[in-house]
Amino acid sequence: MYKKIHFGRLFFHKIVMSTKKLHLRLIINNNSNRYHMNHQISIPELTLTCERIRKRLVEVVYKAKAGHIGGGLSSLNALTALYFRIMNVNPEDSKMESRDRFIMSKGHCVEALYSVLKARGFFPKELFDTYGEYLSPMAGHPTIEIPGVEFNTGALGHGLPIGVGCAIAAKMDKKDYRTFVLMGDGEQGEGSIYEAAMAGSFYKLDNLVAMIDRNGLQISDTTENVMALEPIRQRWEAFGWDVKEIDGNDMGAIVETIEGLDYQCGKPHLIVLRTTKGYNVSLMENILKWHHGVPNAEEFEKAIAEISNRIVELEKNC
Amino acid sequence: MEIKSVPCRQSFTDTLVELGKQDKNIVAVTSDARGSVTLTKFANELPDQFVECGIAEQDAVGISAGLAACGKKVFVCGPACFYVARSLEQVKVDLAYSENPVKILGVSGGVAYGALGATHHSLHDIAALRTFPGMQVVLPCDARQTRKLVHQLVDYPHPVYVRVGRNAVPDVYENDNFTYEIGKSIQLQDGKDLTIIACGETVYHAYEAGKRLAAEGISTRVIDMHTLKPADTDAIIRAAKETRRIFTVEEHSMYGGLGGIVTETVCQSCPVPVKVLGIPDENAIHGKPLEIFHYYKLDAEGIYETAKEFIK
Repeated sequence: MYKKIHFGRLFFHKIVMSTKKLHLRLIINNNSNRYHMNHQISIPELTLTCERIRKRLVEVVYKAKAGHIGGGLSSLNALTALYFRIMNVNPEDSKMESRDRFIMSKGHCVEALYSVLKARGFFPKELFDTYGEYLSPMAGHPTIEIPGVEFNTGALGHGLPIGVGCAIAAKMDKKDYRTFVLMGDGEQGEGSIYEAAMAGSFYKLDNLVAMIDRNGLQISDTTENVMALEPIRQRWEAFGWDVKEIDGNDMGAIVETIEGLDYQCGKPHLIVLRTTKGYNVSLMENILKWHHGVPNAEEFEKAIAEISNRIVELEKNC
Repeated sequence: MEIKSVPCRQSFTDTLVELGKQDKNIVAVTSDARGSVTLTKFANELPDQFVECGIAEQDAVGISAGLAACGKKVFVCGPACFYVARSLEQVKVDLAYSENPVKILGVSGGVAYGALGATHHSLHDIAALRTFPGMQVVLPCDARQTRKLVHQLVDYPHPVYVRVGRNAVPDVYENDNFTYEIGKSIQLQDGKDLTIIACGETVYHAYEAGKRLAAEGISTRVIDMHTLKPADTDAIIRAAKETRRIFTVEEHSMYGGLGGIVTETVCQSCPVPVKVLGIPDENAIHGKPLEIFHYYKLDAEGIYETAKEFIK
């Protein structure tokens, strides 16, 4: 009797799960959306969009009770600027050949990436709502099952070598797509990054833009206490890169700097984004525990209220 | 041991040059190993399809992943020992997990570096790579088979790890009149008392031993299991059913390689006695590759003796 029930349960479980999986696949495949190619969105509009996404990011982490919220919040301005203004991408055709490539080397901040991709129309809300759930393709690190994700990432130090490969391929084929790689600052401890730093300048990859989310904190302590990274600018300049150091919390600075790069200079570009971990959620800013902390109900309400108020203010300017 | 052909690595790269001239999307990537791989001709004749990464295997595999994702047919080539250890995480994540159909050519694999010692031996590669979902593993046995393999690899839709040796090896296949297909083993000799299954450079020795055993009246089937993943399990099960004994021979740790594949298969489908011959759990002795083969009974003589013992 027990055996029978047990088998029956398993069978039922399998049916439910395969239906759910199929349902998710249908959602992915039938993703029609209302967004078009990037248009020239203004800086105030971009800032407003970013804050709307920030709210969603906090909600996602709160609902899933998991995520890397601190580094997600510090990356969000750059991600929003890239997907809503700088990069040539097409949510209706995420594999469009001429698209700019983006590699989320700091893959643990996947909630921020997914929040931006969702807002840009790469996939529908129904899929995003399954984030962190059993059998959902939306896991704690980016996977290529999700439209808009170019590579499975999560192990640190992988993004830049891959980006170098994409940039070399573009040069070989005389194509003008660019490759963008977003790395963490703690990630800079990985030696493979410096192998790619050498190759990037050796092959004169001026179509490659690497970014470091320089928020100054990693999981155990400040980066400078764990394994000092400074002087970042001089180190990368010594590798032969065109280095810009900017306020990574400043949307205008991000857009102006990346749009103003000389893509024919014969050098790969590194943008050091000086950011704040937990940016624009006061209770999380610059506090170590928010590397992968999950807000409780009270913290969540406080964070949402703060962002919502900011959104109301920003809407007045748009 | 008569050797008429070029080393497998050279057969591989000569074929790659020919194919690369017809298909500009074929790209070779290496890590300061163009000499060891025999890629100099490719680099000289097809410089626009050649990417030198310096001594940086992790970078080479990552770059290969990026190139492949952008439409290139990538062959990343270098010493097997480094690509299956130093850059193992890139192979796991950037190739296997990300489904990038990059082909890794690991040269001088197994104990081919001989007296250079354990840093340069790669005796764990089959075991390690076959556990990565989506990764394929192939060990060709001679120059002709290697050539046929390269033709199949160019548009093969999965990442593949190919291990070859360093020195020229005797021909197992005397001419090109044989069918080669990744995943489909080749029966070199039929028999009913025993099956010897080998891969890579041990195939020649297993075949010689099989011929000698057959001449003495011990009906021995010999199978060239060039593809370790996906392994030809049908051939393994058939051998178990028809010959009731299987003897595996490999230039690899006796853990988790061909012996592991065969025992896993027969234990679940048709349990029969299996003898696993490989390198025991120790750092291999130093010496010339054939001296090492002899020491561990992986040469024809050793295989013959072990087989006789096994069927007693």
